[in-house]
Amino acid sequence: MSSISVKNLELYYGDNHALKSVSIEIEENKITALIGPSGCGKSTFLKTLNRMNDLVDGVKITGEVLIDGENLYDKRVDVTLLRKKIGMVFQKPNPFPMSIYDNVAYGPRIHGIKSKRQLDEIVKNSLIGAALYDEVKDRLHKSALSLSGGQQQRLCIARAMAVEPQVILMDEPTSALDPISTMKIEELMLTLKEKYTIVIVTHNMQQAARISDYTAFFLVGEMVEFGETEAIFSLPKDKRTEDYITGRFG
Amino acid sequence: MGARPSFDSELETLNIELIRMAGLAEQAIRNSIAALTNRDKAMAVNVAEHDREIDEMEKTIETRCLKLLLRQQPVARDLRQISTALKMITDIERIGDQAADIAEILMNLKNDEPAKIARHIPEMARVASEMVYDSVTAFTNNDLEAAKAVIARDDVVDDLFCKVRSDLVELIGTTPNKIDEAIDVMMIAKYLERIGDHAVNICEWVEFYETGEYKNTKLL
Repeated sequence: MSSISVKNLELYYGDNHALKSVSIEIEENKITALIGPSGCGKSTFLKTLNRMNDLVDGVKITGEVLIDGENLYDKRVDVTLLRKKIGMVFQKPNPFPMSIYDNVAYGPRIHGIKSKRQLDEIVKNSLIGAALYDEVKDRLHKSALSLSGGQQQRLCIARAMAVEPQVILMDEPTSALDPISTMKIEELMLTLKEKYTIVIVTHNMQQAARISDYTAFFLVGEMVEFGETEAIFSLPKDKRTEDYITGRFG
Repeated sequence: MGARPSFDSELETLNIELIRMAGLAEQAIRNSIAALTNRDKAMAVNVAEHDREIDEMEKTIETRCLKLLLRQQPVARDLRQISTALKMITDIERIGDQAADIAEILMNLKNDEPAKIARHIPEMARVASEMVYDSVTAFTNNDLEAAKAVIARDDVVDDLFCKVRSDLVELIGTTPNKIDEAIDVMMIAKYLERIGDHAVNICEWVEFYETGEYKNTKLL
């Protein structure tokens, strides 16, 4: 688990000023939701938390993202190790075209774990942690692609957990799922936050209200308001936040 | 125009219904006291019968609020508006009951004596009924200051209640055979005093609507 401290983060895609001096303290063992209209910068911001924007052509990032006091953008940071520390789950479930077992074991193997006994244990514990084990324990060596969308997404969460990250980033993790699968993932997130710090981008405001402890509202690259979720959804301070969450935006 | 015109128009309808309900309650108080001062039993009967309308409005508004919660999943100011409305209608309904209770006393009067000894009652009724109406318009006008003014005005009703009480204590001392009438007037005064308290309750919910705080405590 880890807290994240972001200070004056600026991000440009070429001339496009996509993040404007964002500063935020993300608490450990809490769920922080990032909300805002499409193109507001919330997903871009999420990606800066594990340096996924580095690969974008013409990107320029200034400011600091401190995880346990260490700046993510320091030149000495090993990005592979960083991504071990900070897992990510995407909008569309993206299991690798291999068995359920191998999906979960993939990360640990990359990081040098070879013992079958050890891998078995990691796979089992990760699947239990992602509330998927009971549903797949008899077919661990079947293709992950045979799972339902909701199961695939939980597999991706298990895969992220297998390398024992401290932070899990989720980019609209339930937007492609049916309501039951969505509820399962939401329930799962509530148990995961005991071990991990979770940051989630969501377009579903009820979801943010249901599961997050803190909410940040983004608008055209600016973080307009950040606070406890109940405060944001009951008495937002900024009129733009109020207009957005009450659907009076635009 | 906002992005949710149909929701906005539902919220507007909710406000109109609240004002109508408050208007009915205010009218019930005025009529019950007119029944007293004009010695008009027919009007007292009328107040008691009209209480059903207020009860019906409570149900209508309750249903509207629950449907809005269900279908619109309101947050922020919308959530505070709907939850405040739900709390307010309980007080307005009680106010209607109390006006009807006053009317019931009047329907059973044996003589005109209470009208003669109820010196401060018309003034109490006037202030209390204005408080009721002003409390609800403070809500529909998003007017926190007006709500605070209503809360302050409750002292006027309480002072008048004390005056009525002292008058009656004196009356019973000098004319013990008027004790029945004195008790009736005392009951009427107590109902009016409670009506003032209900108007204060409504205004405390208006404070919640405007500030998120109810009696200086953050509810959310």
